[in-house]
Amino acid sequence: MSELRLMKGNEALAEAAIRAGADAYFGYPITPQSEVIEYLMTERPEERTGMVVLQAESEVAAINMVYGAASTGKRAMTSSSSPGVSLKLEGVSYLAGAELPAVIVNVMRGGPGLGTIQPSQADYFQAVKGGGHGDYKLYVLAPASVQEMSDFVSDAFDIAFKYRAPVLILSDGLIGQMMEKVVLKDQKDRMPDEEIIKRYGSWATTGKKGRERNIVTSLDLIPEKMEARVHRLMKKYEQMEREDLRYEMIQCEDAEYLFVAYGSSSRIAQKAVQLAREKGIKVGLLRPITLFPFPKQQLLVLAHQVKGILSVELSTGQMVEDVRLAVKGRVPVKHYGRTGGSIHTPEEVLEALEQKIISDGSN
Amino acid sequence: MEVIDIIKPENQVFNKTCLMTDTTLSYCPGCGHGVAHNLAMEVIDELGIVEDTIGVAPVGCSVLAYDFMNVDITQAAHGRAPALATAISRTWPDKYVFTYQGDGDLAAIGTAETIHACNRGENIVIIFVNNGIYGMTGGQMAPTTLPGMSTSTSPYGRDIETMGMPLKITELIANLPGTYYVTRQAVHTHKHVRKAKKAIKTAFENTRLKKGLSFIEIVSNCNSGWKMNPNDSNVWMEENMFPYFPLGDIKVKGKLKQ
Ligand SMILES: Cc1ncc(C[n+]2csc(CCOP(=O)(O)OP(=O)(O)O)c2C)c(N)n1
Ligand code: SF4
Ligand SMILES: [Mg+2]
Repeated sequence: MSELRLMKGNEALAEAAIRAGADAYFGYPITPQSEVIEYLMTERPEERTGMVVLQAESEVAAINMVYGAASTGKRAMTSSSSPGVSLKLEGVSYLAGAELPAVIVNVMRGGPGLGTIQPSQADYFQAVKGGGHGDYKLYVLAPASVQEMSDFVSDAFDIAFKYRAPVLILSDGLIGQMMEKVVLKDQKDRMPDEEIIKRYGSWATTGKKGRERNIVTSLDLIPEKMEARVHRLMKKYEQMEREDLRYEMIQCEDAEYLFVAYGSSSRIAQKAVQLAREKGIKVGLLRPITLFPFPKQQLLVLAHQVKGILSVELSTGQMVEDVRLAVKGRVPVKHYGRTGGSIHTPEEVLEALEQKIISDGSN
Repeated sequence: MEVIDIIKPENQVFNKTCLMTDTTLSYCPGCGHGVAHNLAMEVIDELGIVEDTIGVAPVGCSVLAYDFMNVDITQAAHGRAPALATAISRTWPDKYVFTYQGDGDLAAIGTAETIHACNRGENIVIIFVNNGIYGMTGGQMAPTTLPGMSTSTSPYGRDIETMGMPLKITELIANLPGTYYVTRQAVHTHKHVRKAKKAIKTAFENTRLKKGLSFIEIVSNCNSGWKMNPNDSNVWMEENMFPYFPLGDIKVKGKLKQ
């Protein structure tokens, strides 16, 4: 039964993991995402669905536990915040290389270093440009509400298993900590072991019964074989771009200017759209829901319509590079954003639009 | 009598387990890794548990264990095998889960995963091949390298003042309440092979009985890394490794031996 509740983003994500029929969660505490494991430990998912929840000795151990469970066809996930995600990246690269389905959550905080526990969006490069070593990409979902913190968990598992690839939910301290109403999805059953063996028997290491042995590895010492593996991965990423791109357009029909923003920044930018329109400035908002794949085509189309684009992120400007690449120089693209845990207000965003885009003579 | 007359089923005294593949071992001739692989596979074969066995391979010379062991295997990142095994065993509680790791893998980069899997008493088997060196990467110093022993990163010998004493990780984890069976074995003579096999069998039986963590260290040679011929390396191992890493059971049925 779907159910309406008032919850924190992190709690909604944790509850959604149980309801998505996840088999296992492995995590290590770090602000601002510790509510995920705290909620799971309190909820006793072992009793509710048989889901395993374990506090690992580190983020490194947690992601490698995910790798172990994923290699046997189980639905496994982990969550952390920026410094912890940096630690996980070797494991994430292994997941991509070994072609394993898994869900990783980053509730971003300000960095670099220990940085701050306040919200930030400064891990965009890490999320979208690889982060770990080697030729790989992550499918990246960017929730902008508590509702999406909940909805994206099962979406992420679906994509992870569709492509047999790791999926990242890139959230931030603002979305993780704020409370909103959320409609929770119905409880999905966990997949029985026999079904896992039947469905994923072609690759999962579940014990060799009535078949040749399965090997899960990311190693190919022969360069031609490794090259073929990388090309196989690239094919998946191309298919993701064709089939699983997600974005939202808000008041873009008549827009003369455009904000591009994701996650918490998109919420602030949406308010700035309203403020701008009250002043008679026609602004629209393109919200990428997936950061990879990125709505390149949609941006290019809008670039023919608008006079300028302001990319709004809680960073010194990371996504803005992808916006520029997408519009191919057709229209000026500027960045605006507070960073290091500071959060811009809608007024500041509007002011940035007016100063950097509208009244900039170079346009 | 011609050799061909001797090779008859009725004269057969030994059979290679079908759980070792026919792939030529990539190990240096004389290396203990191949023997250790074979023992693990023989035990799994004899216990009839292959359909429910999942192995985790390390990074080290045995990174390619899956080429030789005919069981389901996931290859882990360097040092992380116990974390994988933890998750596999937790999500498949009725399976036999084992890791196979070297000393660099288990006692240096993976120390935290080793200690915590042991401390939680995961229901898994850890097979730990201690050759006192990083074989795979060309003979660098390991946490288990003996004092004074020269390696490519301790070319003047391990200086314990600056590099510390070799880490007895097996004794360390034996002292954790989570471990059930901890033993140190060798595989360079028939006598040792028989004992080591018995230990590995006990370990997998412990898994069946859900007794928790069984840890088998195998003190072994790395003739290439030690820059000796296989024979000399075994003699050197007996004279130098065994005094520091004495063979025998350390903890049985959850109780430390005196
Ligand atoms: C994260 C990481 N660091 C370093 C390496 C390089 N490396 C591969 S194997 C190895 C040492 C293996 O030594 P050991 O575990 O003792 O195994 P042996 O080869 O001696 O059996 C190292 C340092 C790696 N693959 N990954
Ligand atoms: S380098 Fe050492 S451990 Fe590796 S296969 Fe050769 S002898 Fe064995
Ligand atoms: Mg070694």
